[in-house]
Order: sequence, then C-alpha cells, then structure tokens
Amino acid sequence: MSEKSPMVQEEGVDMPSPAAVVSRDDAQSRRPPVEQPVFSVRDLSVSYGKNVALKGVTMDIRPRRITAIIGPSGCGKSTLIRCFNRMNELIPGAQVDGQVLYHGEDIYAPGVDPVVVRRHVGMVFQRPNPFPKSIYDNIAFGAKINGYKGDMDELVERSLRRAALWDEVKAKLKKSALDLSGGQQQRLCIARAIAVEPDVILMDEPASALDPIATVRIEDLMQELKRDYSIIIVTHNMQQAARVSDETAFLYTEVDEATSARWGILVEFGKTGRIFTSPRDKRTEDYVSGRFG
Amino acid sequence: MSVDLPGTGGGVEAAPAAAPAAANGRWAGGRATPGASLRDIRPQRRRVWRDRRNTALILLAVGLTMTPVVMILYQITAKGIATMDWGFLTSSMPFSFRREGGGFFNGLVGTGIMVGIASLVSVPLGVLAAVYLVEYGKKNWLAKLIRFFSDVMTGVPSVFVGLFVYTALVIPFGFGALMGAASLAIIMMPIIVRSTEEMLKLVPQELKDAGYALGAAKWQTVVRVVLPSAAPGITTGVMLAVARAAGETAPLILTALGSYQLTAALWGEPISSLTLAIFDGARNPFAAGQARAWAGALELLIIVLIFTVGARVVASRSRIAR
Ligand SMILES: Nc1ncnc2c1ncn2[C@@H]1O[C@H](COP(=O)(O)OP(=O)(O)OP(=O)(O)O)[C@@H](O)[C@H]1O
Ligand SMILES: [Mg+2]
Repeated sequence: MSEKSPMVQEEGVDMPSPAAVVSRDDAQSRRPPVEQPVFSVRDLSVSYGKNVALKGVTMDIRPRRITAIIGPSGCGKSTLIRCFNRMNELIPGAQVDGQVLYHGEDIYAPGVDPVVVRRHVGMVFQRPNPFPKSIYDNIAFGAKINGYKGDMDELVERSLRRAALWDEVKAKLKKSALDLSGGQQQRLCIARAIAVEPDVILMDEPASALDPIATVRIEDLMQELKRDYSIIIVTHNMQQAARVSDETAFLYTEVDEATSARWGILVEFGKTGRIFTSPRDKRTEDYVSGRFG
Repeated sequence: MSVDLPGTGGGVEAAPAAAPAAANGRWAGGRATPGASLRDIRPQRRRVWRDRRNTALILLAVGLTMTPVVMILYQITAKGIATMDWGFLTSSMPFSFRREGGGFFNGLVGTGIMVGIASLVSVPLGVLAAVYLVEYGKKNWLAKLIRFFSDVMTGVPSVFVGLFVYTALVIPFGFGALMGAASLAIIMMPIIVRSTEEMLKLVPQELKDAGYALGAAKWQTVVRVVLPSAAPGITTGVMLAVARAAGETAPLILTALGSYQLTAALWGEPISSLTLAIFDGARNPFAAGQARAWAGALELLIIVLIFTVGARVVASRSRIAR
C-alpha cells in the first residue's frame, strides 16, 4: 500500500514525521517534538461491513491550527473526521483499525468511553441540526447533560458571543431554534459545540449548505476560534481550504482494477500554502489545479 | 371497484396503445402545432371525459362513506340533546328505568377511573417498549416478538381481552374498576407501542448525532433528544388510544359489570362506565331509560371528539418534520 502511494510529508516540520513512522520505536527515537500534536493518527483503516472506506492513514494534527481535509467525493473525508470522536461507532457495521492518539492516548483503546472522548472533541455537521428546542436550551443542552454547575445564563451568552450570534438572537433566546436562518442555525450549532468547552472541534463541510455571506461569517469565526481550539474541517471547496486552513490533508480514492474495490488513502499532508503552490504528488497537483474532482 | 385517479385515468390506459400510434406519427392530441388554441380540447376529448367521470366517481365514493357518519352524528345529537342538561351530567342513575331525570355521572366517573388507570399503566409501558424497539432492539428476536404481539393484539376482538381478564382477575377477585382498567390497558398498549414506534422512527439520525457529539450517553440522548422531539406525535397516539378505550363496552361487561350507583372503589364492587350505562339504557323498554342512553351517547361522543380533535391539533403543531 504505502510503497504504491508514498505519502509525501513536510520536511523540517517540528514534530515526528508520520512518513518516517515505519515502526513505533523508530518514532520514539527521533528528537523530541517542540509541539505535541493533539491527534496522532497511526495506520488508520475504516471499513463498512466488507467494504474498506479508508486505508492506512497516518498523520499528526497540530494544536491551535485549522487542519483542512480535502479530496474528491467519496474518498473518505467524512469517514476520517468521524474517527476523531468515535462517531463511526454509531454506524452499524463500521470497523476502525489502527490508532488515533489524543495527546498520546489511544481513543480506541479498550476501556476508553466514547462519551468522554466526545466531551473533548466536539463536532459540527454538514447540515445544521439544532434540536427542536429554544435557542437557550440548545446551548444549555451539553452543559446540562455534563452536570455543569455554574451560571447557565452566563454560559449561554458567552457561547453565543463566541459564535458571533449573540447580537442577532439575544432578544429571542426562548424562541425555537428552528426559526433561525440556515447560517444562524449553523452558528448556533457551533455555539452549542463550544458551550461544552471541548479541546478540538470537528467540522464536516460546515458551510456547504450556506450562502457565500454566511460562509464568510463561519470562516471568520473559525479564525477567531483557532486561538483556543484545534479545528479539523472537511471541505469540498478548495478556495475555502486555502483561505482558512494552516495545514491541508489531501485524500484520494484508490481503485483496485481487479475487484473494482475503492478506498480512500491520504496522498499528501502539509502546510496549506505548500500543498496549493508546490504539491509533490501528481494527483494533488491535478486536484488543486482543478483538473479533476 | 377500479377507480382511476382523476387526471391519470386516460393516461394509464392509453399508454400501451399510444406507443405504436406514436410510431405511426399519430399522436393522441395531434402534434403540437404552434399557434393552435390551447383552449381547444377536442383532440383530447377522451381524456377530458375520463377525467371528469373519475372525479365524479371519487366524489360519489366520498359521499357514500360520509353518509353513515353524518347520520350517526345527527341522530345522536338530535336525540341526545333533549335530555342533555346540567342535571344529567352531574347526577347518577335513578333506581328505576321508568323514572325520568338522573344521569350517567356514575358512568362518567367509572370511565374516568378506568381509562385513567389504564393510561397510567399502558402509556409508560407502551412508550418504553417503543423506545426499546427503535433505539435498542432494532431487529433482535425480542423486538421482533414485541412487534409481532402488538400486531396480533391490535387485531384481537376486545371481547376476548375481556374474557381473558375475567378468567385471570375477575374469577379470583371479583368485578371491579381495576379489572376493567386491566382490560382497557391491554387494548391500549399495542396502539401506543406501534404509534410511538412510528413517531420515534421519524426522529432524524442527525438530531441523535448532535446529542452524541455533545457527549450525551445513549439514555441521555433518548430522554433529552429523541423523546422530546417525538413528544407531539406520541401524544397524538396516546390520545387516540384513550379515545378507543373510552368507547370500549364488551370487555367492561366482563370485568367492571356496571352499576347504578356512584362508586369509586378500585375493587370489591362492580363499577359503571359511560358505555355500560348506554348499553343498559338502550336495552330496556322504557322511554326514560332510552332517552338517558341517547344523552349518554352524546356525552361520550363529545369526550371522544375532544380527544381525537386534540390529537389532531397536537399533531399539526409537531415540528419534527421540518
Ligand atoms: N454509513 C455508511 N455505510 C456504508 N458505507 C459508507 C457509509 N458512509 C460512507 N460509506 C462509504 O465510505 C466511502 C467514503 O464515504 P465518505 O462519506 O467518508 O466520503 P466523503 O469523502 O465524505 O464524500 P463526500 O465528499 O461526498 O461527503 C464511500 O465509498 C461510502 O460509500
Ligand atoms: Mg462527506
């Protein structure tokens, strides 16, 4: 697999290069990283039933950065991002192999509670999915189930302010969240995710259902949020990836000619500027220059 | 009866015939000619005629279906309204059929107690069973078993339920409100299970995902996301089950028996219900008793109507299908 598609990795990155991680011992013998990655993905494969969706992904996610995952439709971007908070488990038949280390601890290790993982790793979905409750109750939901003891009003206001939604909704906190516009609903979902004070926020195409102005607002918000959170975002929109992200991972579909089985692989991962200006893999170059995908 | 839907009637039958015709260049409505009047229906006369005929047939069918309903409503209102007054609603049956006055207050209380207890038992159990079916069991053998029995139970004639409770509870403990409530609960349960199951299935996976992604455990997602989202639909099903139970007679004959007195004891003595009082009044040969039965029927009709209309109102408020 990895001989066939050598993964190109940034040189001189101040953390262990996943490309070099052939064996774990090798990784540990390297110079100590200046900055600990939030997530270290090691040889991650996901299959749905008998179909392999993702094969051999190895990458490190850096803290307080925006990491974009790009690639053509069906290459496994959603599958990959759902591995970071164990949401794949909710899909019957999904099987995850390999390791996802969160600050060095494997979140798939036996005894790790996915509910606890999701407390640390929040998620925003492609389609805004507010609960059919009031705006206030949407934000308070996570705090309530996690036994928050502090001032709820204050938490709601703080979260909505952080999501740049407070001014628009402060007069109607008790109104149904479903009466908001799509863009407002998505920012509400972001506010809801940050209300539980996670460490990482996953966003699976958070702006794909929104108009350009709402998209820009979400993008600005992400720049704002990355001071406190590590953000991983899936996007179909290469301009968006180039605009907002610090690092970019390019996934691509590999096809086995004999069985016509398809699975996603990580082709290239590095600084966003470099990926878009001087990609090292031909497939990345073709994709970012719009030749396919 | 083969009633074609209006508008499709001609099309469906004409389709096979039209294919060879089209190959010959003969189109049902003539070829589209620029400038031909769009009001000229002559080329399509056949289709237009069928359309009208089928619309008429459907209206006729609707009319035939509605006739008995309207007649029942009219009859009950017209005959019941004469005896229906405050005194009827608040006083119990006189000891003689012959005597005028009195009312079915004892029946109303009995129905209230029995339907109330039956709801207290069947609503939580039924909703929990449905939650199990949708969120936990899915397709395992227990879920299949529950589904199978609910389906069978909805089809069982209610008098069988009465007979069952008679053998199981009435023979050892005698007639009473609890026995009546037990039979009503058995009748309500499958209705609640299946209607709640349908409503829970409508809760989008995305909402559940949102709950999980916020660190909610499964039961928290069920209690705080799934059930509240489905609440209007569940309420609708419960109200329909209550209306059904309030209208049951046969199982109550075998379990509550009926009484002329106002009693509120849960067991130890027979208890009346609106349906039993109506049944009793309608069977006797005296005008006063029959008049009370009509008024009782009107009273029951209004109660059932309140629950069914209430169910519709709650359902229309449902925000689940965004
Ligand atoms: N719930 C599922 N059950 C079975 N197979 C799935 C499921 N979800 C995804 N797959 C399969 O996994 C592969 C990757 O899907 P995934 O949704 O991760 O792609 P994606 O890159 O997010 O695509 P898109 O850009 O269209 O959202 C696809 O072949 C898809 O058919
Ligand atoms: Mg996707």
